[in-house]
Amino acid sequence: MSTATTHDEHHEHGPATGLMRWVTTTNHKDIGTLYLWLSFIMLLTGGAMAMVIRAELFQPGLQLVDPNFFNSMTTMHGLIMVFGAIMPAFVGLANWLIPMMIGAPDMALPRMNNWSFWILPFAFTMLASTLFMEGGAPAFGWTFYAPLSTTFAPDTTDFFIFAVHLMGISSVMGAINVIATILNMRAPGMTLMKMPLFVWTWLITAYLLIAVMPVLAGAVTMMLTDRHFGTSFFDAAGGGDPVMFQHIFWFFGHPEVYIMILPAFGIISAIIPTFARKPLFGYSSMVYASASIAILSFMVWAHHMFTTGMPVAGELYFMYATIMIAVPTGVKIFNWVATMWRGSMTFETPMLWALGFVVMFTIGGFSGLMLGVAPVDTQYHDTYFVVAHFHYVLVTGALYSIIAAFYYWVPKWTGNMYDEKLGKIHFWWSTISVNVLFFPQHFIGLAGMPRRIPDYALQFAEFNMISSIGGFAFGLAQVFFLYIVVKTIKGGEKATDKVWEGATGLEFEELPSPAPYHSFDEAPAVK
Amino acid sequence: MISSRLLRRFFAPVLAFLSFISMSSAHADYELNMTQGVTPISHQIYDLHMIVLWICVIIGIGVFGAMAYSIMKHRKSKGAVAAEFHESTTVEIIWTLVPLAILIAIAVPATATLIDLEDTSEADINIQVNGIQWKWRYNYIDEGVEFISALAESSRTNGQSGVADPTGNENYLLEVDKPIVVPVKKKIRFLFTSDDVIHAWWVPELAVKQDAVPGFINDSWAYIEEPGVYRGQCAELCGKDHGFMPIVVNAVSEQEYQEWLVAMKAEAAAVAASADKEFSMEELVAKGESVYAANCAACHGPTGAGVPPVFPAITGSSVATGDISDHIDIIMNGKTGTAMQAFKTQISDVDIASVVTFQRNSLGNTVGDMVQPSKIKSLR
Repeated sequence: MSTATTHDEHHEHGPATGLMRWVTTTNHKDIGTLYLWLSFIMLLTGGAMAMVIRAELFQPGLQLVDPNFFNSMTTMHGLIMVFGAIMPAFVGLANWLIPMMIGAPDMALPRMNNWSFWILPFAFTMLASTLFMEGGAPAFGWTFYAPLSTTFAPDTTDFFIFAVHLMGISSVMGAINVIATILNMRAPGMTLMKMPLFVWTWLITAYLLIAVMPVLAGAVTMMLTDRHFGTSFFDAAGGGDPVMFQHIFWFFGHPEVYIMILPAFGIISAIIPTFARKPLFGYSSMVYASASIAILSFMVWAHHMFTTGMPVAGELYFMYATIMIAVPTGVKIFNWVATMWRGSMTFETPMLWALGFVVMFTIGGFSGLMLGVAPVDTQYHDTYFVVAHFHYVLVTGALYSIIAAFYYWVPKWTGNMYDEKLGKIHFWWSTISVNVLFFPQHFIGLAGMPRRIPDYALQFAEFNMISSIGGFAFGLAQVFFLYIVVKTIKGGEKATDKVWEGATGLEFEELPSPAPYHSFDEAPAVK
Repeated sequence: MISSRLLRRFFAPVLAFLSFISMSSAHADYELNMTQGVTPISHQIYDLHMIVLWICVIIGIGVFGAMAYSIMKHRKSKGAVAAEFHESTTVEIIWTLVPLAILIAIAVPATATLIDLEDTSEADINIQVNGIQWKWRYNYIDEGVEFISALAESSRTNGQSGVADPTGNENYLLEVDKPIVVPVKKKIRFLFTSDDVIHAWWVPELAVKQDAVPGFINDSWAYIEEPGVYRGQCAELCGKDHGFMPIVVNAVSEQEYQEWLVAMKAEAAAVAASADKEFSMEELVAKGESVYAANCAACHGPTGAGVPPVFPAITGSSVATGDISDHIDIIMNGKTGTAMQAFKTQISDVDIASVVTFQRNSLGNTVGDMVQPSKIKSLR
């Protein structure tokens, strides 16, 4: 480009200034940052609701909130954490990392990228606004089973339905973008089987999103027409079936579980080899295991419904299919352990979070296997055992991987190292408290405490109190994390270009730290 | 070390607090594990639970042990040099096939238990269980005995919508006004359905947990081996008072069960007879107060203030101060599209007459009219 450089073209070379930079940006790094901050705000919001729940459950008796508000809290906590904290965090990481990992200059569809982010703040504002409306926020659980969510729901349910539609649109657009980017914009030589596992797992996740978000949209639309336009999809009095709602919901809901864990597998598969200084064990079996988990995830949904009165043949099928998932998941765990085996390990903060992930996600996997055994699920279903299970896979699984990813890549993003000592304190503080929080919930559940109750019988008192104490400590640890994040962005020891001794991949080997606003204007050479 | 000092400083008050709490509460008989229960199925389920648990523990020891060994030995600070290997088809085939074999070993007994669990044929007694927000209606189909069972006020001190208070309540939230009574050593088949939203009837000791779905009937069964009182709760979120609809099953000998049936039938006959009796307004208002507390206060509030707009107030309401026949109609038949239930299937003629009269002449309303049970009987 010679003397003909116009203002407009010049504009393309750095971020605009002021607030409009963030509103109008089409840059994958900016949009990634926006997603990550949204997700952090949602984590703290949903976390505050969890604190209300744990405070009410600290002792038997109703001390702080009335039962209806308690139900609103569990509902909003679940929705905000799933759709607001975990999913946007992975999309943010995808935005930041996929172009840099495959040697692309940006995402394939940058304007749509901007749109898919900016829908979300409005969706969550609308969802959260129901808390301040007459009749109260939705109080039917994040799984919103009909007819509690249709005939018997508060008027604010319509806001919830519209918010879910918006989140779905955003997710589908994000997924289209990820697929278009990965399939079209890889640098020459970056064949599919050379892609980092994070890229692979996100490619699979994106297909899952496109497959199931429309199903969720269908479910909430049927709710809407049942509520207002005289249909009876979920009303037996009109020839419908409330259990059909659960089939539709879980046909979305089970793949959704893997949407929230597959990218985590990709992150852990990047971090462990770096700090073990040894290549990932069984790369291709990791790819195949991820794909098998994704396919199986479509065939097991009714294991959430063993008590709804399915025929015994249906229960047997869903039990067999469900416990089969343990095989590819086991392969992943074994591969990570084999990657560590005879490595040369160091234990910087990202590695600690990754190891925490492997151990505690495995615990969540064990309880998942137990829950999959249909006759025993008769006793586990809808108890705190289930609550413990999915918090082990979602908090110490998905959330731990996101935090690990932050510590691992933030030097590349900002050029600053985080404070290693604070990072380690954050890890040990979180890991001790999260186990004090969720491990006793296994016991409470086995002893017979149902989930989603604001008050409980006396034999559950001791463990609920311990769990609440763990909850408050874990919540506080994430406020501490906010301090670490801000401190790292503001300054810190300068990171080297490679950041970690054992780091591999284009983002570490081909780009400086911090990565420039526009990276890979020219495709890198991939060995 | 700083961190251990920090830890001690953080945990010392917590531990002191915990030990104080556990001393102050003498009811510390908590459980760590699943109940073994009192039915053949519950024993099978417990055994299966323990088998899978131990398999998980053993695999866990293997995986975490290998990890821990590696973390101890293969660390850079101990001079470990990274090996180069990154695949082994043999190893990968082994750790695909071995878990598969373990899963098949779990699936075999699980299949047998599941088939037993679902075999509700040849039952001795059939009991229909209806979930209603937030109580249970039991119907002994072969005996014609039918009644509603709800949380006992005494197990929650301050009333359903009042402040709950666990002090001095041994079975806090787990006591009902009328337990169901069943004989031991009989195959009891439960048929579940619901009048409104989905509930789930769960008694851990019987290993019965089944959803009660409006418009559909599910079934399950129990063969109770030992007499005793077995408590459970609703397990499916069913709205505001989901946490307050307990279940109590009283398992007794065949003879006691027969005596109980006779008593229940006599009581039902007395209630039916009382519908023809003439009541004074004072009698109806007095009786209506307790009917209101048991059936209406959960939504409309103990003072009749309600929770508008979802649960309208009774005080000053156009229904409770308007035409009495509309008032009776809404209480007997409910209001479609809302949580207002059809109470004619739940409470007696006397109860309906007294609660209508109570609502019109109390809770701040002073309409001054009343209705006799015989009128309600004629409207059925």
